[in-house]
Amino acid sequence: MSQALHLPAMAAPRPAPTPGYWSMVGRRLRRDPVTVIFCLLMLAIVLSAVCAPLISPFDPYKESVILRLKPFGFRGHWLGTDELGRDILARILYGGQTTLLMGICPVIAACLVGGSLGVLAGYAGGWVGTLIMRTMDVFYAFPSVLLAVAISGAMGGGMLNGMLALALVFVPAMCRVAETATTQVRNLDYVEAARATGAGHLMIVRHHLLGNVMAPVLVYASSLVSVSILLGSGLSFLGLGVRPPIPEWGLMLSTLRQSLYVQPWVCAVPGFAIFITSICFNLVSDGLRSAMDVRLK
Amino acid sequence: MRMKHPDRGGPAQPMLIADGLKKHFAIAGGGAVRAVDGVSFAVAKGETIGIVGESGCGKSTLARLLLHLIRPDAGDLVFDGDKVGAPDGIDLGSLRRQAQMVFQDSASSLNPRMPVRDSVGFGPRVLGRTRAQAAAEADDTLRRVGLDPELFGPRYPHELSGGQKQRVNIARALALNPRLVILDEAVSALDKSVEAQVLNLLATLKRQLGLTYVFISHDLAVVQHVSDRVLVMYLGRVAESGPADQVFATPLHPYTRALLASRLSMDPEHRVEAAPITGDPPSPANPPSGCGFRTRCPHAEAVCAEHAPAAPTGQAHDAACHMLRAGSGHSAAHLLGAQAAA
Repeated sequence: MSQALHLPAMAAPRPAPTPGYWSMVGRRLRRDPVTVIFCLLMLAIVLSAVCAPLISPFDPYKESVILRLKPFGFRGHWLGTDELGRDILARILYGGQTTLLMGICPVIAACLVGGSLGVLAGYAGGWVGTLIMRTMDVFYAFPSVLLAVAISGAMGGGMLNGMLALALVFVPAMCRVAETATTQVRNLDYVEAARATGAGHLMIVRHHLLGNVMAPVLVYASSLVSVSILLGSGLSFLGLGVRPPIPEWGLMLSTLRQSLYVQPWVCAVPGFAIFITSICFNLVSDGLRSAMDVRLK
Repeated sequence: MRMKHPDRGGPAQPMLIADGLKKHFAIAGGGAVRAVDGVSFAVAKGETIGIVGESGCGKSTLARLLLHLIRPDAGDLVFDGDKVGAPDGIDLGSLRRQAQMVFQDSASSLNPRMPVRDSVGFGPRVLGRTRAQAAAEADDTLRRVGLDPELFGPRYPHELSGGQKQRVNIARALALNPRLVILDEAVSALDKSVEAQVLNLLATLKRQLGLTYVFISHDLAVVQHVSDRVLVMYLGRVAESGPADQVFATPLHPYTRALLASRLSMDPEHRVEAAPITGDPPSPANPPSGCGFRTRCPHAEAVCAEHAPAAPTGQAHDAACHMLRAGSGHSAAHLLGAQAAA
């Protein structure tokens, strides 16, 4: 064992260069047909909402006394008309803008605030961590729907207040996910090795923690989007989020509810839109989760 | 381009002196685990000191104390003549640039989201190198540990074998050009054949770079093979220390004798008569009074429960045992004192 040695090169020649992390994630996503399909569907929904002014066949605010509550395909109104004679398709397309905003903005805000708080709590530990996490636990004591209703009710209706309320509801959950991931990573040897190089806290967090915490946070955030869409629609349904006549899916559902026995299929359209969109976000989130797991090959 | 740390104290100054290092971890419900309980030793420049002991005897805690990754409750650390943390001594930053550590678990000691080149180049980046400089230094170091940087630089840890990962770990420790490397069970998790390769690599690197090693392991054969001097730990304390050949040829402490007796031998001439050790070591949260080993020691007497024997100090072969201290009150001590006098 102690004799002089020459080191055999431990190289098993493998010509293909190792791709980076994100290209690996991308490659895995592409090999997952379900995720690809729902990714495309999600893209189509987002695009149709963004391009609503270009593709919408009617003005979503244009009312008509004679065209109230018409069935599918009535005189060019493919998805019928609502109780004020407005085109449902146009309102679904325009409503997608507000609904998606209500779905995505609160999650991004919660991601930034809750994520940073969680990383701080997990990395600092001690009384800082306890303070942050116990404060979050207070929010956990309330059911999320009730909390969203209470906050937006207290702040008054309106789209911005609704989004703020939703963001506040998501912060504790986000914080907990980030904190758990951070605590797991913080005690691993490579963080200790980084400390042994004399690296400062910021550098360790940036290079060694964030990358490993980001995956669970991102996956959780993408699953929250559908929750946020549902809760946002719920707020509008209760009259706390978006105010009429602005088109929004939850609000549409709420106002069409009274006509359920007159035009059941037309009234179900906004609900269907909410359903499809949240399914999309959920399945894409699932696909992301498995694609972002480094250990799977 | 690479910075070399100056040899400040000269060749006679030990690379590292640990003096009375102590670390107790508080446990829920009161009390404390005495992980490291007053450990003193010195590491001479260019030598390999082996630290052996059962699991739970405080080896890994000691390793982390030596780098100040955890703060000692008491005791001092002197690196090349400069006291660590003292106003006129050496600060933590420069200690960590000159002393590095290789961890046991090669899987959790590499960031799964970081390519090998970035992991190895992280140290140089911390020292303020540019991205390109750090990458170049990482490639240099990878070549030193026998990995082709072109091939392995862009890879992720999960694409490497255990031996390759441990080479990367060694490269990461070497990237800062340390003078002292602490190897905490660095080869314990590897296959025997890979272990031999990595040990050879470590020997070569030591020769080429003039390194000093603190080699921590539970594997007696490996420690005997690599060490110049050995420190045997039991329950957070030093049981025996001395030159490796002496400790392994004529172990003084009953614990060391039991350890050596319990390992497999291929040579019938080398059988040791002492009874193999039985049972688990006592909990470090509730250690026995006096000598920590007395509960398992075949020679334990009343004096062993009364007070702990003095720990070995200095470089000579010595053990913390009342039987070796003349006038300690142990019945075997007179015998030994007479032997020494004769």
